[in-house]
Amino acid sequence: MIDENQLAISTKSLVKQFGSQQAVAGIDLSVPLGSVFGFLGPNGSGKTTTIRMLLGLADASSGEIEVLGNPIPAKLQQTLPLVGALVEGPAFYPYMSGRDNLIRIDSADKFSDPKTRKTRVEAALERVGLTNASKKKVHAYSLGMKQRLGLANALLKPRKMLILDEPTNGLDPQGTREVRNLIRSLAKEGITIFVSSHLLSEIEQLCDHLAVMTAGKIVAQGSIEELRSKTQTRLVLKTDRLDDAVTLLKAEGISKLSLKADQIIAPVETDFNVAKLNQKLVKAKFMVTEIRLEQPSLEELFVNLTGEGFEVVR
Amino acid sequence: MFAKALGLSLMRSELRVMFTRRRTWAMLAAVALIPILLAVAVALTSDQLAPGEGPPFLDRVTQNGLFTGFTATLLALPLFLPLTVAVVAGDTIAGEASLGTLRYLLIAPVGRLRLLVVKYLGTVVFALAATFTLMIAGAIIGTILFPVGPVTLLSGDVISLGESIWRMALVAIYTALSMTGILAIGLFISTLTTVPVGAMAATVVLTGVSQILDNLPQVEWMHEWLFTHYWLNFADLLRQPIELGSFGQNALLQLGYIAVFGALAYSRFTTKDILS
Repeated sequence: MIDENQLAISTKSLVKQFGSQQAVAGIDLSVPLGSVFGFLGPNGSGKTTTIRMLLGLADASSGEIEVLGNPIPAKLQQTLPLVGALVEGPAFYPYMSGRDNLIRIDSADKFSDPKTRKTRVEAALERVGLTNASKKKVHAYSLGMKQRLGLANALLKPRKMLILDEPTNGLDPQGTREVRNLIRSLAKEGITIFVSSHLLSEIEQLCDHLAVMTAGKIVAQGSIEELRSKTQTRLVLKTDRLDDAVTLLKAEGISKLSLKADQIIAPVETDFNVAKLNQKLVKAKFMVTEIRLEQPSLEELFVNLTGEGFEVVR
Repeated sequence: MFAKALGLSLMRSELRVMFTRRRTWAMLAAVALIPILLAVAVALTSDQLAPGEGPPFLDRVTQNGLFTGFTATLLALPLFLPLTVAVVAGDTIAGEASLGTLRYLLIAPVGRLRLLVVKYLGTVVFALAATFTLMIAGAIIGTILFPVGPVTLLSGDVISLGESIWRMALVAIYTALSMTGILAIGLFISTLTTVPVGAMAATVVLTGVSQILDNLPQVEWMHEWLFTHYWLNFADLLRQPIELGSFGQNALLQLGYIAVFGALAYSRFTTKDILS
């Protein structure tokens, strides 16, 4: 279903300069058509600025953008009707009902058909489970309901792609799950989904592709398997006589060991034979309590790439 | 297709947004209050008022209730009417930006020029609503409190009741026309900021500056270029035969302001990064 050669979004050396600061510092995004693409990065890394440029809300300082094969901003108006988006949180007229808000935004769309407006609005409300609250004024909505209404707005028309900026922000665990299920069902329909988040768990559960952005740069990009395979496999060994064990492992050609409390951790090849090592250890009368290979989680990779700190990077 | 190109659907939606707001109705109610207060005050003190005392037309209100609307328009013109109109004009783009709805309108996609045009026309509709509110509220309260009959014009001629209603409409249209320049200025200022109150205040300040300059004889050369210059000339519509000269001059001047500030708003808004 995913064709790596056909791109829904492609940017080349995309730069956005604000004064002396580069919010986006020359990124090359490649989002395959039909993928669920996670755009991961800490707050302030330039994700939203990138999304603004993709949607023509802001002009790029330099570089090229193509969305669904159309150059942006040259063919922006033809492209936007094919793209539903949630940018930097939902925004509505608080003194109007949820339904009237959707009607308002659909009326603004110069390509939308007024004859089908009502049915499309109802269908979108239904899809996000807001039908019962659609007559309430938006100022009475909870953050979660606004977020759903924002998604309904993105679904007002049949779309080829959805660009969702932090779609589960402010939702409770229940709402988060529902949004995730909604995204999955949309992905099954073949819609390309580009979802940004600062939460890795979010992306890990949803996406098949991923780009990690930090301080305006993309530091990793590709399918999840691809990124996983780039991580270093580790051997974890718990036994008695740790010092002797180190000597044995070194004799086996395993260097760069690190001793941690009661265990040894060492980077090894992915196809390392654990059983054979175990046999040798047992033969040498070691009391092995645990021996296994470990693949670092994506989270570890993410932290390695973006830094642990709580500090804002810039 | 034609309706689509004109953005009729969007125009309807714009008016709906404007007129579901309580603020819009509150402002129109406040506008209606001007002739009502005026008429009540005059009715309570009518025996103490010598002809020619107070603002122009004021003494006429007691003789003919239909003058209430004209007098109220005169009172509302320097400050109150520009204030309400500036609120609506300053809110156009900045209001949508501060709500965040601007980004969703733009990615709908609405088209930036189309949005700007519809926003401007929306403010013109509000200006018409405000000036007609003045006239209609004035006519109603005037009819209740004072005798109503054929109107004696400034030229001394007497016109019939039907004719005077037509003149009232004409004055309302003239006054709304007088507001189109400041509306264009407000629209432009509104594209510069995401703080609607700032745009509103700046627009009101400019109206004040224009009126002050119009009263300084030292800068007489610029008087005829000031957008407030012809505001009070609606009195020409209350002569017989009707004098349309100032109507034309005013329209031309306002059109100039619309062209200049419309172009500024366009060039600013179509190149602006929407970061709100």
